[in-house]
Amino acid sequence: MRAVRRPELGSLRRPGRARVAVWVLLAVLGFGITVSVRAHSGAAGLSNARPDDLVGILDDLDAKGRRLQSEADSLQETRDRLNGSDSGAEALAEARSRAEGLAILAGTVGAQGPGIEVTIDDSGGRVGADVLVDAIQELRDAGAEALQVGAVRVVASTAVVDPTGGGIAVDGHHLGPPYRILAIGDAHTLAQAMQIPGGVLDTVASRDGAVASVATPALVRITAVRP
Amino acid sequence: MIGALALAVGLAVGVVLNPTAPSWLDPYLPIAVVAALDAVFGGLRAALEKVFDDKVFVVSFISNVLVAALVVFIGDKLGVGGQLSTAVVVVFGIRIFANAAAIRRQVFKA
Repeated sequence: MRAVRRPELGSLRRPGRARVAVWVLLAVLGFGITVSVRAHSGAAGLSNARPDDLVGILDDLDAKGRRLQSEADSLQETRDRLNGSDSGAEALAEARSRAEGLAILAGTVGAQGPGIEVTIDDSGGRVGADVLVDAIQELRDAGAEALQVGAVRVVASTAVVDPTGGGIAVDGHHLGPPYRILAIGDAHTLAQAMQIPGGVLDTVASRDGAVASVATPALVRITAVRP
Repeated sequence: MIGALALAVGLAVGVVLNPTAPSWLDPYLPIAVVAALDAVFGGLRAALEKVFDDKVFVVSFISNVLVAALVVFIGDKLGVGGQLSTAVVVVFGIRIFANAAAIRRQVFKA
């Protein structure tokens, strides 16, 4: 075999073994191209992902699976309880407890339980609706289940405005200082939410003549209800 | 000429048979294809410069594929498979461009 061969001459002559090998390799390359193109488009890129990425994806899926499994378990338990009770008493109790929870959220019934009492005294008239809204939001974020300002129940649709002539109007009820906020929930968490740096207590303390304090009575009673 | 035909036959067979590569081959197949493409462009350039040699092509093709696969394999074992795959693709990409430029100069004289 010659070391250098003109392709035209090589094609005319009876092909040598090396020439056949070239053709076979080119055919294999064509085959390989289609296979790798298909592998890439087929498995949504997972097959090309690195082990680290796969571990991350797997962890995510595991966590999601566990969460869904526990949700399914609790739903199954509820279903079994509802199915298993021969009378409708269980279902009634379930519905009643749910209605009670919703009523507390909607503010149509009173509530009592652990919680905190925030008192904001404002002799200088410097505390406005902004501070009160901040306080309400902080308490909601901290998990307050029921809220009352003065004698007004605070629910999702409650409005807090600065009326002319000082004070604060909550849902149209004019309130004057000191403002008393009652919140039911985890007392420690709620108190922490009020005391965080830059939080409600700090804000009030920065206004002249205003003082805020947090008390944690053993039992907070929320008596104000919405019609 | 027959080489192009062989390539077309390989593509056609791949399309018709619709094969799926075994999963252990997944990291190596694209790299091997790029390495083989480098050999093909090198061979095309050599053919245009009238210095094409079958044996050189076969050896460079196979060694390209094997070395590329080996580099990626070692990279995977060392935990830097992704980076080494990129390195292999970059290196062969540069070589393919260089060969393509040489082919262009041969064909268009520019």
